Amino acid sequence: MSREAMEMPPKGGFSFDLCKRNDMLVKKGLKEPSFLKTGTTIVGLIFKDGVILGADTRATEGPIVADKNCEKIHYMAPNIYCCGAGTAADTEAVTDMVSSQLKLHRYHTGRESRVVTALSLLKSHLFSYQGYVSAALVLGGVDVTGPHLHTIYPHGSTDTLPFATMGSGSLAAMAVFESKYREGLTRDEGVKLVSEAICSGIFNDLGSGSNVDICVITKGAKEYLRNHMLPNPRTYISEKGYSFSKKTEVLRTKITPLREMVEVIEGGDAMEE
Amino acid sequence: MVGKNCFAIASDRRLGVQLQTIATDFQKIYKIHEKLFIGLSGLATDAQTLYQRLVFRHKLYELREERDMKPETFASLVSALLYEKRFGPYFCQPVIAGLGDEDKPFICTMDSIGAKELAKDFVVAGTASESLYGACESMFKPDMEPEELFETISQALLSSVDRDCLSGWGGHVYVVTPTEVTERILKGRMD
Repeated sequence: MSREAMEMPPKGGFSFDLCKRNDMLVKKGLKEPSFLKTGTTIVGLIFKDGVILGADTRATEGPIVADKNCEKIHYMAPNIYCCGAGTAADTEAVTDMVSSQLKLHRYHTGRESRVVTALSLLKSHLFSYQGYVSAALVLGGVDVTGPHLHTIYPHGSTDTLPFATMGSGSLAAMAVFESKYREGLTRDEGVKLVSEAICSGIFNDLGSGSNVDICVITKGAKEYLRNHMLPNPRTYISEKGYSFSKKTEVLRTKITPLREMVEVIEGGDAMEE
Repeated sequence: MVGKNCFAIASDRRLGVQLQTIATDFQKIYKIHEKLFIGLSGLATDAQTLYQRLVFRHKLYELREERDMKPETFASLVSALLYEKRFGPYFCQPVIAGLGDEDKPFICTMDSIGAKELAKDFVVAGTASESLYGACESMFKPDMEPEELFETISQALLSSVDRDCLSGWGGHVYVVTPTEVTERILKGRMD
């Protein structure tokens, strides 16, 4: 254990050294902590000039809503964004990792990233972990070859589609898409359709909720509309708020003043002899 | 909880093994540097190990960069450390609170594998987290002054902890403003 602490931080990848201990603890009766999942409705569609991605903003921990306004549309490259469903830590880690790899690739080649590059990187990572990294993704972007939209399943299989939905609310959203989608939508029609699909997921699926995030990607430009629609505002807030007349009883108080940070300005001739 | 240019972080004080109480003054909130605190709930041994690892990494960072770590950077560090053990995780949920650039308060919590959850108002973790969500949701007001913030967070903590058998024995609250850190021990139900 001490040898591990002496080394510099490990080179990357997963470390499995606590697995045996965790199995022993679970056998002894310790409940394994639940992971943050993103119940989710995520959608994407291709319109006349590019790609529109949409997502809800609820993160759940079992039946409890842990985050009412989380971000599920992750940045991959200036022209590529990815929505993630599944275990929150997995989607965040996988998209961050591939985003960094894409950036290095951009430096290496000197060209704008292509959506298929991101797709291959993501699918090979997910496949190598055989579905244990539970991340279901909708990847969309516009590159030199045109607009692209793909879905990636946790086991590593992918689909290329003109419109796609993933997550627990995918059936609700897909119902909206199947009835109203057509080729050659304009930007406003596309945004309206995506909002409708996400709202359908928000209102009909228990794992999705709160607000609608939208990202419109076109050739050379992107627009991230965070909280584009807020269909669930909090309306019953008491105007007075809580005021506590009976103060909390305090046993002991310790006040530590924080030191002022002193700016050290390099003198210049202090060391010159 | 976040207030006006200040934040507060609070915990209960019980250490137990299932239903037996071992200690009633267990420290769960640790200081990383003067304006950054981390509270660790869950398995006590993992909390202590994680804290030691984080202090180690922070000290190395301080030596290299000659400054304290920003709370956002620290949160990414904790997230990476937890995600590294994705398939054999630490049984620990951290709550990170700090004052960032221009003393802007920053809070975030994570699940045990490092999924960051940033919030602008409050974050909770632990066995009483469901009650805490409810209490904080109703008692929180934006832009509270330090005194009012202390009162609110203490009331939320004590009322939630009273409804949870596995937490209790008082509370420990730190209220941090750009000029001072106030640490208070609360008197609560001792059961």
